Amino acid sequence: MTMALVLDASLVLLIVGIATWTVVVRDAFPAIAGYAVYGLLLALAWVRLAAVDAALTEAAIGGGLTGVLLIRAAVRLRSTEAAARAESPGPLFRLFAALLAAGFAALLAIVILGLPDPAPTLTPEVAENMAVTGLGNAVTAVLLAFRAIDTLLEAVVLVFALIAVWTLTPDDYWGGRPGPKYATDPDGLLAYLGRLLPPLGIVVAIYVFWIGADLPGGKFQAGTLLAAMWLLTIIAGLQDPPPVSRRWLRGLLVLGTVVFVAIGFAGWPLAGYFLAYPESHAKPLILVIEAASMVSIAVTLGLLVVGPPERSNGS
Amino acid sequence: MNMLNLYALCGAALVGLGLYGLLAVPHPLRKILSFNLVGSGVFLLFGVIARRGAGHGLVGDPVPQALVITGIVVAFSATALAVALLLRLHDETGAVSLAAPESGRPPAA
Repeated sequence: MTMALVLDASLVLLIVGIATWTVVVRDAFPAIAGYAVYGLLLALAWVRLAAVDAALTEAAIGGGLTGVLLIRAAVRLRSTEAAARAESPGPLFRLFAALLAAGFAALLAIVILGLPDPAPTLTPEVAENMAVTGLGNAVTAVLLAFRAIDTLLEAVVLVFALIAVWTLTPDDYWGGRPGPKYATDPDGLLAYLGRLLPPLGIVVAIYVFWIGADLPGGKFQAGTLLAAMWLLTIIAGLQDPPPVSRRWLRGLLVLGTVVFVAIGFAGWPLAGYFLAYPESHAKPLILVIEAASMVSIAVTLGLLVVGPPERSNGS
Repeated sequence: MNMLNLYALCGAALVGLGLYGLLAVPHPLRKILSFNLVGSGVFLLFGVIARRGAGHGLVGDPVPQALVITGIVVAFSATALAVALLLRLHDETGAVSLAAPESGRPPAA
């Protein structure tokens, strides 16, 4: 066994171990803390699988944003945990569930270990056509050129998810500010971090966005980082999220999709079909779409974590 | 046992663990967490498939990698919606039980 394989085996054991912990541990808090660590370990697994773009996304979303989202929910649902424990299924049901889950996992393992060799792949097609896009990062080329329609629809899904979250607003608070008002010590550690980190985070996010054309990075990773910085200033009590009725806010939410669709339609007269880029201008157009999408993704992800309005406009 | 098989087994195990949590853990927030385990296990299988397709100067097939990136973001938005539904249920009823209401009586309005 080589050294690298020992490393991989330890990483896999750690990941499976922490995943087991998040399922079996008694309270919600340690489970969610475990999940955040799990997200970071999974990002390492992605690095080992040579998918650094996915690693960055997993670390930022799996380790960061999902953790913040679940911790906030766990705080508010703390009183319900005892009642839920009383509803725990009996040993027979648990045994049945374990057998079913193990059987399904075994089936998946058999299928994936028996995949044909050499693996079917679209790599040659991507490598052949990448020069046309002017991009150096193959993943960005797939996201923004070859499969741009998927990425466009995904941007729409994000906005729909936020609309669905907002529909859960109690009538009295419609149009108001989302989330509770955070009052923290203005000289405390959180407020200090809230002032210190965002300028650095914004610079790193713009860098991650900019290099995304040629190296691992891009609008999702950068947008998530911007959302995290925004959330930090909100939780530190340094600023309040804007009321959801604000027109500029709604404009920012759909900016990425609107720019994407507009450039998509411009592809018809300019390059022959929807979402086609004229060859000489592919890269600048992709960067414009990415920049607009990054802003929309950051605002949407941030608001998804904060949740529906919980206060009227003034408070 | 090569490295890719190791991560493939890891992905399959995560799907199994998440599935068990989804069935056997009663609290809905924990069920949401378990569902995310299933999702990340599936994504990891995609990662293995992407790595298997390496070649032509690329370290992995970028198509499944791109799918995983969109997948992670969409999974997050679905999680946020599920959490928002759960919190609203809690605000309305004070409980988050998924147990069926007692037979013969409609749930309290």
